[in-house]
Amino acid sequence: MSDRPLIQADRAVPPPAATTTATGGRSPRLRLLSRTDRVVVTLMVLVPLLLVVGLVWLPALATVALSGTDWDGIGPVSEIEWVGGRNYADVIQIYPPFVPAVQNNLLWLAALFVVATPFGMFLAVLLDKELRGTRFYQTALYLPVVLSLALIGFVWQLLYSRDQGLVNALLGTSVDWYGDPDVNIWAVLVAAGWRHVGYVMLLYLAGLKGVDPSLREAAQVDGASETSTFFRVVFPVMRPINIIVLVVTVIESLRAFDLVWVINKGRNGLELLSALVTQNVVGEASRIGFGSALATIMLVVSLVFITIYLATVMREDRR
Amino acid sequence: MSTATTTRESATTAAPRRHQPLRPQRVVLHAFLAAVALGWLFPVLWAVLTSLRSYQYTAENGYVSLGGWTLDNYVTAWRTAEFGKHFLNSAYITVPAVLLTLFLASCVAFVIARFSWKTNLVLLGLFTAANLLPQQALLIPLFRLFTQVPLPEFMSDSELLYDSYWGLILVNVAFQCGFCVFVLSNYMKALPRDLYEAAMVDGASIWRQYWQVTMPLCRPALAALATLEVTWIYNEFFWATVLMRTGDKFPVTSSLNNLRGEFFTDNNLVSAGSVLVAIPTLVIFFLLQRQFVRGLTLGASKG
Repeated sequence: MSDRPLIQADRAVPPPAATTTATGGRSPRLRLLSRTDRVVVTLMVLVPLLLVVGLVWLPALATVALSGTDWDGIGPVSEIEWVGGRNYADVIQIYPPFVPAVQNNLLWLAALFVVATPFGMFLAVLLDKELRGTRFYQTALYLPVVLSLALIGFVWQLLYSRDQGLVNALLGTSVDWYGDPDVNIWAVLVAAGWRHVGYVMLLYLAGLKGVDPSLREAAQVDGASETSTFFRVVFPVMRPINIIVLVVTVIESLRAFDLVWVINKGRNGLELLSALVTQNVVGEASRIGFGSALATIMLVVSLVFITIYLATVMREDRR
Repeated sequence: MSTATTTRESATTAAPRRHQPLRPQRVVLHAFLAAVALGWLFPVLWAVLTSLRSYQYTAENGYVSLGGWTLDNYVTAWRTAEFGKHFLNSAYITVPAVLLTLFLASCVAFVIARFSWKTNLVLLGLFTAANLLPQQALLIPLFRLFTQVPLPEFMSDSELLYDSYWGLILVNVAFQCGFCVFVLSNYMKALPRDLYEAAMVDGASIWRQYWQVTMPLCRPALAALATLEVTWIYNEFFWATVLMRTGDKFPVTSSLNNLRGEFFTDNNLVSAGSVLVAIPTLVIFFLLQRQFVRGLTLGASKG
């Protein structure tokens, strides 16, 4: 399918004489465009840009600004007072759910990164061997990727429920897997990992297909085993995919929300930063400045990894 | 795009070499993969199985049993949770949001790919990064903004952007544009530049170059992105949960949370409800699997 546009494009290419008359070369500058064209180009960029800046970037800046104030969300904007870093100090010192939330976010990251991601990569390597029935295996593994995390919370409830769940029925236990604060984060992580493995498998499968087969052959001629060929030759060549998977994993762990929100709105052992921010805004207590401080922490962490991501994909782009 | 073509060629030439006769090692490999695949399917199969059994039967005999087959759970779940209405709500949000996302994103992507301005890189970065920001971090200002912006009554009975389909469509478009701009601009950059030179000789305006030259060539990428975006926006949970108030207007995915309250002790009803919610995405998955996978991998490995 991917080669079809090229074929069509060939047909559309004019005789050589025509190309020489094109005045702009590879990059026609703006003044070579007619007035209508200039208006059209401006609109094509401006309308989507306004939407993204207005609904994403300005709110992001506003979050950072609000995190330094004591606004309660109700009073007039003119009465907002600047309190400097007090909200941040409060978050760290007198807000009990903060430490568990950070721990849970880190645990989420660790579980996805140490267990789910390598397992997804391992499955991708096995499935890359062009086995018979590989279609079935692949389909089964990434089926969870099309389900929403909210729905996954419900699907796993059927296994985890204390009285009606399969896990307790099989083990003869009566653990409330979603309710017990000692175990619920692990139960949730199994469900989250279930989805993440399929996603990682898909990304690496595409990455492996892009590796030049002659590299592998050369390594095998040199007498390298399959394992060392993978770690010494194939894995380093997939560096861009590795970085993308790393960033996707970090961002997913930071944005994790739906799963815990459908279970218990992120309380009682399932605290996450994203849930705390939401509780502080739509919950009973509307503490805008305080919630914004939490949100700013999330923003800063995500921007670090987004920058790494952009640097990677754009460097790839220039090649 | 060109890389995808070369990959395919190398894959087909390599295929016969890699097919090997059945050895014990292969048998172990197949057994392992089959076990993992079945394990992965199990939670979904279990939900389907549970949804087909009557509550009475499973309450008496436990869930590790067979029998009590019925379709009543689906009938009850559909009626109690008013799925018809919520599916329609999802459609009101998903269809316009996907069309608008693809249109706006393709406009920006076209400009980025067509011209080599210095600002293009900044533009691409602004859009792509917006897609990756944690939504919750933007909630506070957006929530305030949406409760301040009035809408005429014929657009939303809330008379605000808050608690309206319009608000949800806009916020979904703003967030999803980034990914589509990224994928489409890469795809468009791979198209031969002679196309535009020829179009300019013919006196085609920028709009015609975009709509009649570039867009028809981007159909494979647009199809893959449409499949992916329908799934993502249909699955979107956070914005609908926090930017909607009226229970009747919730899309399916966010209305799931009310389902818990209504069905509360009956796991068989919960599973029927879950299967109903999953059906649209599963249909897309099985019918358009190739598009779905292509969309995801286009984003990661720039096709």
